[in-house]
Amino acid sequence: MARYILKRLWHTVYVAVGISLISFFFIHLSGDPVLLMLPPDASKEEVETLREQLGFNDPLAVQYLRFAGHALRGDLGVSLVHRVPALDLIFERLPASLELAGAAMLFALAVAVPLGILAAVRRGSLLDLGSMLAALFGLSMPHFWLGIMLVLLFSVHLGWFPTSGRGSFAQLVLPALALGLSLLAMFARLTRSVMLEVLGQDYVRTARAKGLRERLVIGKHALKNALIPLVTVAGMQFGFLIGGTVIIETVFAWPGVGRLVVQAIFSRDYPLVQAAVLVLAVLFVLINLLVDLLYVLLDPQISYGGGS
Amino acid sequence: MPLLSIRGLKIHFRTPQGTGVAVDGVSLDVAAGEVVGLVGESGCGKSVLALSILRLLPVPPALFAGGEIRFEGRDLLRADPRDILALRGNRISMIFQEPMTALNPVFTIGDQLAEVYRVHRGQSRSQALASAARMLGRVGVPAPERRVREYPFQLSGGMRQRVMIAIALACRPALLLADEPTTALDVSIQAQILDLMLSLNAELHTAILLITHDLAVVAEVTRRVAVMYTGRLVEEAPTAALFETPLHPYTRGLLASIPRADASFQTESLNEIPGVVPSAFALPPGCHFAPRCPRAAEICRREAPRLEELLPGHRVACWRPVDG
Repeated sequence: MARYILKRLWHTVYVAVGISLISFFFIHLSGDPVLLMLPPDASKEEVETLREQLGFNDPLAVQYLRFAGHALRGDLGVSLVHRVPALDLIFERLPASLELAGAAMLFALAVAVPLGILAAVRRGSLLDLGSMLAALFGLSMPHFWLGIMLVLLFSVHLGWFPTSGRGSFAQLVLPALALGLSLLAMFARLTRSVMLEVLGQDYVRTARAKGLRERLVIGKHALKNALIPLVTVAGMQFGFLIGGTVIIETVFAWPGVGRLVVQAIFSRDYPLVQAAVLVLAVLFVLINLLVDLLYVLLDPQISYGGGS
Repeated sequence: MPLLSIRGLKIHFRTPQGTGVAVDGVSLDVAAGEVVGLVGESGCGKSVLALSILRLLPVPPALFAGGEIRFEGRDLLRADPRDILALRGNRISMIFQEPMTALNPVFTIGDQLAEVYRVHRGQSRSQALASAARMLGRVGVPAPERRVREYPFQLSGGMRQRVMIAIALACRPALLLADEPTTALDVSIQAQILDLMLSLNAELHTAILLITHDLAVVAEVTRRVAVMYTGRLVEEAPTAALFETPLHPYTRGLLASIPRADASFQTESLNEIPGVVPSAFALPPGCHFAPRCPRAAEICRREAPRLEELLPGHRVACWRPVDG
């Protein structure tokens, strides 16, 4: 087990190198940051001097090696716009992103899993049709619209929650809701279809034939089998959520990584984009590793080395 | 009073294609401690019949259209669901064809077996686990203390079926419904499992309703056998009598289709019954077997024959039974 984890952590290094290479070359295709950093009427000499200073005149390979060399020492460069180390900026924002993603995920799973189970058990009932229709609705609503509607209703009209910002629990509710609703819809549908499949399995019939109450048949025998695909999808979604919640962050002025990255891309802040992509990629890989370790708890047929 | 008494049982299936008839007026008794065979081709309704005894059929699409199932005098079709729960796995148990899929892959053998003791005997977790290990030993699982901690995927097919039998017999049920218990197993393992079931039948006095399409299995372990065709019972007799003097043309066809070791391949082909089994959605009027029957006459196509006792203990539903 420990060996497996070490091996996977070592793989993370490969991923980091690959991702940094790809993102490094791609961002250099996007244009010249120097032109954005200087006033529009700057002279050719001024532009050239700044380029030389920042090292943009060297061949790309040299620039990459310089970046990689620094990165190995934990230095991912200084943001061109904010003039502070890129890593500091990211780690300052990361807790907010994790908090929002975690809250949205928790909310979605807490509602969706019981709902999906109920819909599967009472297949074809009004509850099933109604909740699945609502889920389809939830899936098709755009985030920004939903966010704005939530603000209108709960902040402007009812005054229950603040419109934006981060700091209190009340400020977390609306963005988490806006982000979590589409997740909820997806998980509810997924739970339902997975449960329907599991409920048709022979071992569920065996459990019933043993005289177990339906609550035990579903809550124990069926659910544990259904959790495996759910954990897979939840893990992937969580990875996406950390960096991919720009729209919600914008609507609610949430100080997350997503917005930071998008701003960095628009201002061609190479070091910051580079650092953010790297951090998010490594985080994504680590979450996947965590999911794979969770499998061991859920599925006895999966064991990573160590023997039985 | 027989232990299990089925009278005129009718089970239909409502599907988008229409209503199908799965069981059509079957009456069958099983006495305490008796081993009865229920034979028929796949799709003849024998599994549906067994599942209906424990009320394990999903309703809908299944629909009880008539008749009754009495167990120890109690009408199971009209019993309170809580009473049925108390019977399942306790007084009446069931084992299934596929030991590979009948056990839950994500729980240990011990946990799945101990559940029965916890639910029906009210034993604590540790007590139940000890009972489980004891029961595994009784059904011939070696090293039971270690096996209780293992998962189904770590066991062979034969071992898994032993575990299923242990689960089924844990509470010393009065009746065991065994639905094709050996079909998915290797021939050498089949014999072991049948022996095990018979020895437990003798030891615990558990009656067995053995459902199978395998006549060899029936000949080996049952004293009495009932033959089903398209939802109806067509013949019922002591096992020896059925094999010696089958009265129904269908039974005769079934027996003739068993490959014989002494038949030479060059001269004799396997005898098979001509035609195909009619669909449950379009059953012919009269005797269901008439379209395939070499002896069918006018009346066979018009009117369904009733099950009547032609020889002592030997009942057949046929207008023109084969002469003994």
